[in-house]
Amino acid sequence: MKHILALLAVIIMTPFTYAQTVEVCKTCPISTLSDGIAQAKDFDTIVVKKGTYKEHNVIVDKPLTIIGENYPIIDGELKGEIITIISDNVTVDGLFIINVGNSYTADYAAIRVKNSKNFLIQNLVLEKLFFGIYIEKSRDGKVFHNKIIGEAVEEYNSGNGIQLWYSKNVLIEHNFVQHVRDGIYLEFSNFCTIKNNVSALNVRYGLHFMFSNDDLYEDNTFENNGAGVAVMFSKRIKMFNNSFKENWGTASYGLLLKEINDAEIKGNTFEDNTIGINVEGSNRINYMHNTFENNGWAIKVKGACYTNSFTENNFLYNSFDIAYNSKVNDNEFDKNYWSSYTGYDLDKNGIGDIPYRPVKLFSYIVNRTPETIILLRSMFIDIIDFSEKVSPVFTPDDLLDNNPQIKKLTW
Amino acid sequence: MRSRWSYVYFAFYLLLGVVLLFLNNDLSKAVITLMNVIIVLVPLIGTIFGVMYYYNSQEFTELLLAQPIKRSSIFLGQYLGVALSLSMSLTLGLGIPFVFYGLFESSAIWDFSLLLITGTFLTLIFTALAFNIALSNENKIKGFGYAILLWLFLAVIYDGLFLMTLIFFEDYPLDKVSLIGTMLNPIDLSRTLILLKLDISALLGYTGAVFKQFFGTSFGLIVSFVMLTVWVVMPVLRIVFKSKKKDF
Repeated sequence: MKHILALLAVIIMTPFTYAQTVEVCKTCPISTLSDGIAQAKDFDTIVVKKGTYKEHNVIVDKPLTIIGENYPIIDGELKGEIITIISDNVTVDGLFIINVGNSYTADYAAIRVKNSKNFLIQNLVLEKLFFGIYIEKSRDGKVFHNKIIGEAVEEYNSGNGIQLWYSKNVLIEHNFVQHVRDGIYLEFSNFCTIKNNVSALNVRYGLHFMFSNDDLYEDNTFENNGAGVAVMFSKRIKMFNNSFKENWGTASYGLLLKEINDAEIKGNTFEDNTIGINVEGSNRINYMHNTFENNGWAIKVKGACYTNSFTENNFLYNSFDIAYNSKVNDNEFDKNYWSSYTGYDLDKNGIGDIPYRPVKLFSYIVNRTPETIILLRSMFIDIIDFSEKVSPVFTPDDLLDNNPQIKKLTW
Repeated sequence: MRSRWSYVYFAFYLLLGVVLLFLNNDLSKAVITLMNVIIVLVPLIGTIFGVMYYYNSQEFTELLLAQPIKRSSIFLGQYLGVALSLSMSLTLGLGIPFVFYGLFESSAIWDFSLLLITGTFLTLIFTALAFNIALSNENKIKGFGYAILLWLFLAVIYDGLFLMTLIFFEDYPLDKVSLIGTMLNPIDLSRTLILLKLDISALLGYTGAVFKQFFGTSFGLIVSFVMLTVWVVMPVLRIVFKSKKKDF
């Protein structure tokens, strides 16, 4: 009997002890978010009503759900970091956070998640920020449907939209990042998924990997960034169905690969970039089913790239399809469609009868003396390209696509 | 003679335009292909027509000279007659198929009009150069030879020399040299001008600040047009000058 009573008590008490709601509004007894957090117990829900709350250094040190109603404004007044989460199981939802402090010594963020698990950060709007969402030594969380709009102009005094540092198993989905330094930045972060984001107009990279392994990014759009995506010193990254667009500029890439091993690049679209993919020191990468359209260079390969394979890609109207800076080739090109292929298909099997040489002599010349680009599309260049095609001297003579497709590939 | 050939010329461009559009199905792609054609063919045809016309009508010209007409108006009239009819054939021959294809609703209209403008400039320039050569050479064979050589030089050999120079001096800053080199050759200049308008301009701006400044702004466009005008005016002035002094 005593047990049953105790059990009943527990059942009745549960809603009070566990799912209490704390309301924060300008006229309520609790009028600031930090006060609300101090008053709340573990696993409570804090509802922040519409209004402007001038707060910074808000520390969330217990498992709470913080929900904003009609996007209340948390204004940091440029004084420093705004919200820091140091507990597990925290949810932050629907806040409008502005005016993060700028600093050259500390990475102030709008929201920082530190040493915690199972966090959920969603539906936030961040503006006038230094760093946006900074996830540090945390795991198993989700960053979903946030809108981050910075005002970055220079690299040295701006921060990143979403930054992961020593984190694991984080899902970044459906975010919209603009005008920051790096849209999304991963450093020492493994097993993360980045999906359906739009990263545009950023000063440096749309997405940036450093020393991060086994990550996946898919269905994202990278537009008009300093460079679309930079993947550096990472292993086993999967890149699927992303779109890299209009990364135009003197040193702009759609995708920059540096010291990357065993990656998979599949189903992506590279459109109107100065350089579609810039590859340096990357091995065993599979390029499959990608479309390269209207780029200056579709793929630029700089030294030390071995055993990569390029199969069934579309190369459409790029000024240069492939550029190599050496005569050595250990990469395989097969079954691609090249819009500048001029061969024929007598046996009608859909595969050109003579191999295609994607590296032109002119691209080799431009590599050596960049100013010669001014002769692009000149008749003389066409003539020397033709003679090089007939008997390769400067370009790798084993760099061939033996099965060039006659028709554009569709998957 | 003139009218028949300009019909042929017109028909050729008409056919070219139709075929290009038929094969490409895309206006802006057709514009790029057309650029290659215009840069090579227009100067060639301008040169040959100019020389041919001059030699063919030499007797008639001599007859005209006996009349009380100013020499400059005879020769300028001849020059303009050839150059303008060629430009007309070019503009109409290419324009008609593109207009029927829906040029006015397309964003390629500026690229296309630029193409026609440079084409016209090239016609004017190379016809004038051809007249100069013909005026200076009584011998037809020599005249033709020089004319073809001139075309070959500006269309192909110049670029070769230019390329060699750039590679040879690759250790030095070459921005300005290459810009000046381009300015000095009307074919290169037209090519660059068209490339500027196509999206490749950013590609050209890929190296060096001077390039970027030149190609990134309308400054480049204006300077290029001024240069093209100079290229027309200079040989025309020489026609006037030469024809006044020449003995027939």
